[in-house]
Amino acid sequence: MAKHPTPKLDQLESGPWPSFVSDIKQEAANRAANPNNVEYQIPVDCPEDLLGVLELSYTDGETHWKHGGIVGVFGYGGGVIGRYCDQPEKFPGVAHFHTVRVNQPAAKYYKTDFLRQICDLWDMRGSGITNMHGATGDIILLGTQTPQLEELFFELTHKMNQDLGGSGSNLRTPEACLGMSRCEYACYDTQDICYQLTLDYQDELHRPAFPYKFKFKFDGCPNGCVAAMARSDFALVGTWKDDIKIDDSAVKAYVGGEFAPNAGAHSGRDWGKFDIQAEVVDRCPTKCMSWNGSKLSINNRECTRCMHCINTMPRALHIGDERGASILVGAKAPVLDGAQMGSLLVPFIEVTQPYDEVKEVIEKIWDWWMEDGKNRERLGETIRRLSFQRLLEVTGIPAQPVHVKEPRHNPFMFFKEEEVPGGWERDLDDYRSRHQR
Amino acid sequence: MNEDQQKIVDFIKSKSKTKFYFNDFLELFPDQGPRGVKKILTSMVQAEIMEFWSSGSTTMYGLKGAGKQSQAEGES
Repeated sequence: MAKHPTPKLDQLESGPWPSFVSDIKQEAANRAANPNNVEYQIPVDCPEDLLGVLELSYTDGETHWKHGGIVGVFGYGGGVIGRYCDQPEKFPGVAHFHTVRVNQPAAKYYKTDFLRQICDLWDMRGSGITNMHGATGDIILLGTQTPQLEELFFELTHKMNQDLGGSGSNLRTPEACLGMSRCEYACYDTQDICYQLTLDYQDELHRPAFPYKFKFKFDGCPNGCVAAMARSDFALVGTWKDDIKIDDSAVKAYVGGEFAPNAGAHSGRDWGKFDIQAEVVDRCPTKCMSWNGSKLSINNRECTRCMHCINTMPRALHIGDERGASILVGAKAPVLDGAQMGSLLVPFIEVTQPYDEVKEVIEKIWDWWMEDGKNRERLGETIRRLSFQRLLEVTGIPAQPVHVKEPRHNPFMFFKEEEVPGGWERDLDDYRSRHQR
Repeated sequence: MNEDQQKIVDFIKSKSKTKFYFNDFLELFPDQGPRGVKKILTSMVQAEIMEFWSSGSTTMYGLKGAGKQSQAEGES
């Protein structure tokens, strides 16, 4: 018999999808049975109280969590998020239910041994409930109490060689796609730069001094598997400068049906014979491709790196050899002014160790934003308020046509007097001699 | 406590609120950039003069023990 009746939550289990309600019930039953004789350090029935408070929130149409608090580990300003329930008498198991963010390994490669260790640790010192992974990419450990935090942190850092992630006005845990470890499209080593910058910016990760959150994400190619340009204040998206490489014989093999398009994906039904004109050439957003029946041509100057042709015919088309990345800045979710995609700041930058060129851009942006950004203002909002041109000035990057999305639409550009031949000053008498009022 | 740290404590004590944004301290040290001010604040956290408060999305600074503490939420 469940501790709290949860008719509304039970409905969520009736859909065709995996249900977090079922997962929490399973954990509640496991904690009650305790087959491994774990010495639970927080209330055994916290998963049941978690379901109870959620059911109450659905009934009341409002949350019963209070937000934030003075909880953390010594010296760190992030990684732990205080959560308190505003109905502690009804739900004592979740009266204090703090969240811990653990910095995930680059590209989220684990050994099962590591996962067992972290689950065992969390069973003992927390609720046993995890979120793999949070939107920032971290391992999220849901629900513990203040006395457990230092113990947990000690075990993580000393026994598992694992650090906390970022939260609050910090650099958030950097995130990378799996890059060169598995992907032939990776234009730079995403995992390496993610790891290196995590080490180099430890102070920014753990000791908050930004106006608000700041996120790095590293995509190895424009397919954007970690959606860097949509989700991060500073997105490094792999790209190449030279031409897409074409293997003509492989193109013919796709056309002839010898190779499955999309590397065999979407093969659950019969889509008919592969049609290179309809499925590749006509889908090119800049119309930079042509197929004459025997040869595929690409006008590379017009290519916007949409990746569609390469994804469709990966054995025939390949990213170029002059590889690096584009930097896009200012993406964010809709809190103020709606969601924003990243704006292109640097069209191409080489991404090689020790990554000084990339770090130079990052640090100039931080210096500006820390000084001129308002409290709780994301970088994208600061750029909108103070202009993209100001960002160009502080980063020392000259304005280029690629910075303008389309004429008269993009509000970033304003000329200064010294940039206009002859300046602003006009001889009015001279003007009036040629123009009547 | 050194002179810079004392300046911050005096500033906080002159206000009625208990939690402060990082930016609030920048104007106390016009000659130092944000990184310099951060060093002072970090040293005060290390010395347990100040502590962090976090909402999860935003972090603020306050004097240790000031404002609502975890004990007030019923924690031991």
